[in-house]
Amino acid sequence: MAWFIVKRIAYSLLILLGVTFITYLLLYMIPADPARQIAGRSATAEVVANIRHQLGLDLPFYEQYFRYLVNLVQGDFGRSYVQRSEVATLIEARLGPTLQLMVAGIGFELLIGVTLGIVAALKRNSVLDQLLMAFSFIGVSSPHFIAAMLALYFFAVQLEWFPLGGYGEVKHLMLPAITLGVLGSGWYSRMVRSSMIEVLHQDFIRTARAKGLKRLRVLLRHVLPNAIIPVIPMIGIDIGIFMSGLVVVEAVFGWPGLGQLAWQAIQQVDIPVIVGVTTLSAVAIILGNLVADLAVLFVDPRIDINKS
Amino acid sequence: MTLLTALLRRKAVAIALLYIAIVVVAAIFAPWLAPFDPTQQFFDGLTLEGAPLPPNEEFMLGTDLLGRDLLSRLIYGARTSLIIGIVSNGIAVIIGTLVGITAGFVRGWIGSLLMRLTDLMMAFPALLLAIALAAILRPSLWIVALVIAMVNWVQIARVIYSETISLASKDFVAVERTIGASAKRILFSHLLPHLLPTIMVWATLGISTTVLLEATLSFLGVGVQPPMPSWGNIIFESQTYFTSAVWLVLFPGLAIIALSLSFNLVGDALRDELDPTLKGRL
Repeated sequence: MAWFIVKRIAYSLLILLGVTFITYLLLYMIPADPARQIAGRSATAEVVANIRHQLGLDLPFYEQYFRYLVNLVQGDFGRSYVQRSEVATLIEARLGPTLQLMVAGIGFELLIGVTLGIVAALKRNSVLDQLLMAFSFIGVSSPHFIAAMLALYFFAVQLEWFPLGGYGEVKHLMLPAITLGVLGSGWYSRMVRSSMIEVLHQDFIRTARAKGLKRLRVLLRHVLPNAIIPVIPMIGIDIGIFMSGLVVVEAVFGWPGLGQLAWQAIQQVDIPVIVGVTTLSAVAIILGNLVADLAVLFVDPRIDINKS
Repeated sequence: MTLLTALLRRKAVAIALLYIAIVVVAAIFAPWLAPFDPTQQFFDGLTLEGAPLPPNEEFMLGTDLLGRDLLSRLIYGARTSLIIGIVSNGIAVIIGTLVGITAGFVRGWIGSLLMRLTDLMMAFPALLLAIALAAILRPSLWIVALVIAMVNWVQIARVIYSETISLASKDFVAVERTIGASAKRILFSHLLPHLLPTIMVWATLGISTTVLLEATLSFLGVGVQPPMPSWGNIIFESQTYFTSAVWLVLFPGLAIIALSLSFNLVGDALRDELDPTLKGRL
């Protein structure tokens, strides 16, 4: 068991190393020259070369990458040439809002997804089931920016239930979080539905009912704990999809998080900020998958680690 | 043909196929179907205050911020969505299938290297990666198609990989081996035909993901560039004005959702029809 966990963590670190290499490779290729951006239009070639040397931009690719890695381990994400500030400081200021929105958004995803999945499975093949599954299908087929803009229009502009963007109170958080939750819940509800139906057909459920247990008790004690297991690794996989939606939703709602930071950085070709945010999201995804994989081991004792 | 009739028997899928057919026809015959030139800015296309016109008798779906006809732009935008949907998803399916088959059939260090690469790709948020790529490569129609293909092949590769592994361990492959069939023969005459249904399903579902990614990239400004209309950049251009001119988001938005939903529905139905082990479960 301990050996499996160590191996799994080592593999995560290896993937993380690959991630930093790819992001750096990508951003190394960006055509805009940061030295020229700092120096300004009127700078002489000599000044530009000087700045380039100071920033270490004249070093070969692998040396720049190595420098970046060493700094990264020490929590130094480099400096933003455009915003003239430490990337770590920029990220730190945005981390709180993004974490808030992430927790609330994933919370709504699970709440909506699991509830709809259970209802659909219990009423399977009914009209209600078909409606719920159609709803989940529309959710996963809708791009986040359209859903966010329409939600903003109908619930903030027309009905005035929520404020038009902004940050700070719970009422500001609700609309972006619900938008993320509704769109992301589709995969969960479909998965919970099919895994519920599978468990409901098992012999031990019939036994539980036959020995006289109440329907509700069978559902809560026997069906749900078994049906919910596939949801756990799903959360790990979902974080990656969720992060993509987060960037767009933050941009539309003006939510002052990492997604908005990344979006502004890309428009300004602010390389270190893009590297920082992408690396951080990848860390979140890798960590999410790792935790989900390990959590399933503890939740479901039937899983044999020697087999996997 | 029996497959098509089986698909058409489902009401939702029949409607989805009809909508896809309409979009395809609109894309092919855009110059004849569009009431106006999609780039022409009409004098009477704006109100006296310079605001876009809501849907009216002359402009059926209203006009945009520059006084251009929205319906004509949507019809031409269908071309962009479909071209990217087909080209970039085609590339993604080819890369994904090649990687999956190679990793699953050849195994060895090449196989593990390829699968580690897909693990690595899975660790990226697809959108951020696509944004970065598109920003570096300077967006144009073909670059956007390529970028989307580069982030979208992973899922297909993983599905094909696990399918290939389970197929390769089947008895009929072992029998082929013992009678001396070459790897090439096993691959093309025995494995590929079995993989085709899976490839078909994922190719259909993939178009939906591709359409969404193109729209999102264009909405963020790193996708298809104006004046070439795409459903995403129509919304991108009108986002500052959308609270007072919601039709500029609503119509292209519904067009995108309906197209993505249609391909998802058809793909899902294909999976039900082509994979007997799944029948009645999902």
